[in-house]
Amino acid sequence: MRSLTIKKQKREKIKTLKDYLKLSEFRLQWSMVAVLAIILAVFTIRNPRVFLSFRIYYSFMSIIPFMAILALALTPVIICKEMDLSFPSILGFSAWMFTSLCASTGNPTLALIISLITGLLAGLLNGILVVKVGVPSLIVTIGTMFFWRGMIMVCSGGVGKTLVPVKGTILFQSLVGRIGGVIPAQALWAVGLAFLFWLILNRHKFGTHIYFTGDNIESARMMGIPVNRVKILVFAQLGFFAAFAGILLVLEALYHWPTTGQGFLLPTIASVFLGGTSAFGGMGTIFGTFIGCIIIGALEAGIISIGLMGFWTQVFYGLIIVISVGIHTILRRRT
Amino acid sequence: MELKNEKLVRMVNISKYFGEVAALRKENFEVGYNEVVGLIGDNGAGKSTLIKILTGVHPPGKGRIYFQGEEITYHSVERARELGIETVYQERALGEQQALWKNIFMGREMTTHLGFLQVKKAKKETERILKEVIGFTAAGLTPDSIVERLSGGEKQGVAIARALHFKAKLIILDEPTMGLSLSETKKVLNFVKGIKEQGKSCIFITHNIYHVYPVADRFVVLDRGRTVGEFIKKDISLEKLVNKLYLVARTGEISQN
Repeated sequence: MRSLTIKKQKREKIKTLKDYLKLSEFRLQWSMVAVLAIILAVFTIRNPRVFLSFRIYYSFMSIIPFMAILALALTPVIICKEMDLSFPSILGFSAWMFTSLCASTGNPTLALIISLITGLLAGLLNGILVVKVGVPSLIVTIGTMFFWRGMIMVCSGGVGKTLVPVKGTILFQSLVGRIGGVIPAQALWAVGLAFLFWLILNRHKFGTHIYFTGDNIESARMMGIPVNRVKILVFAQLGFFAAFAGILLVLEALYHWPTTGQGFLLPTIASVFLGGTSAFGGMGTIFGTFIGCIIIGALEAGIISIGLMGFWTQVFYGLIIVISVGIHTILRRRT
Repeated sequence: MELKNEKLVRMVNISKYFGEVAALRKENFEVGYNEVVGLIGDNGAGKSTLIKILTGVHPPGKGRIYFQGEEITYHSVERARELGIETVYQERALGEQQALWKNIFMGREMTTHLGFLQVKKAKKETERILKEVIGFTAAGLTPDSIVERLSGGEKQGVAIARALHFKAKLIILDEPTMGLSLSETKKVLNFVKGIKEQGKSCIFITHNIYHVYPVADRFVVLDRGRTVGEFIKKDISLEKLVNKLYLVARTGEISQN
């Protein structure tokens, strides 16, 4: 009789423990929302005039999407246990391609298509070098990072180019116009792509293959997942979306600088890790990345608007990143 | 159709040399339909060489392999899997961070035409597989459980269930109880019984006679590249079998009576 009750207790204990585990699975994502909420709350308390008005959110919606699109496309790469440092250079080169083709052909749609293909091919090259030649992705993409940035310099002769003639075209309106005069189109693109990435990662076979490839490449191979093709495609899509982000960026600025895209590298990587994607592969969510982008994007504007000097931005970046990734690690260990 | 006397697998006169060293010497090995064979032997006895030849990892040096009565002329890992020979390695071939249901269908996802996952269907099927195929009844274990949090025996069970679900005819378990606690070992042995109940065959490789004795129908004892003994369970008690194994270890010979 006694042993029976002990058994029962044991079973109950296991059940509550498992329930608890499930709860903490949600926690990982909710902890990010909490961090964002706290940051916004602090900003609002310190400067309610700015953070209670629509304008700051309007500016978030026009600025954050470029990095968000990059971070969304980088997430599957990191889930695959790979790294890419070349996407800001691919962004810059594809954007140069777009800008100069707009000027030379006068056909922005053609320029868009060729620019996207350029990005796709540059990404494909990364993938092939990693998979077929077998060079670690961190090293390959350091190389291609320099290469594509160098190509911009060589091709542009180091000078910028204007895109003003494209302003007002349908292409311009649908990519970076202001929907209803209030919502920047790029924000809708970012949200739409976030949904697309979520769909692919969670509801499509390809997404499952990405997770398994990053989790345990030997197992994945044994079970017949085409791991090489998965990796190549993952790099290729990052190239493609880097080009897309680059086009949006130069259209928003209506100018291409040879330095376009520089400065995106570390904040983008930071927002992916901030969102809970693991550097060990096999783990990561689009939801997390999206919140991570908003946090990184909101920090800079926020820090200045609450009256701190811009110099503080990096200090806060550092703190938030270390704290958030610490939270992820501790939450994971407790499960 | 299967003949009464025909075996599922018949390996005849298999020899395999690695350089000068004989790993297998004119070895004959059989697995019947719906039979669990315990393959017993020390390290270096030739167990894994024999199995690697069967699963297409190594080409046989000499000899013939028959599967369901037909000779396999060209053998490879893919061919073995096509035939329905699945190997379950301990804790391998699972994605630890992924949900159980995704692991069951890993590489063979249930999808629509466009490749989108049929999540509900796959989860429901996973639940059925866990319950019916291997009699998983552990509390709190759902299709959404992350594999990392399963015990060693449970992971083994998932891999076995997966192989059974995908119509394996012969499941090879490579040291499935190594490093497992007593209760976990018991779970794995129950899964092996599940394989038998499903009408499939199994080769249970081990050097622990105490683990394999309760579940196997027949025991094949290998030593230094050849079979030194073959016993039907109903003819021999555990005690006698253990004594014979000690004898093999000392002398390399075994008496059949």
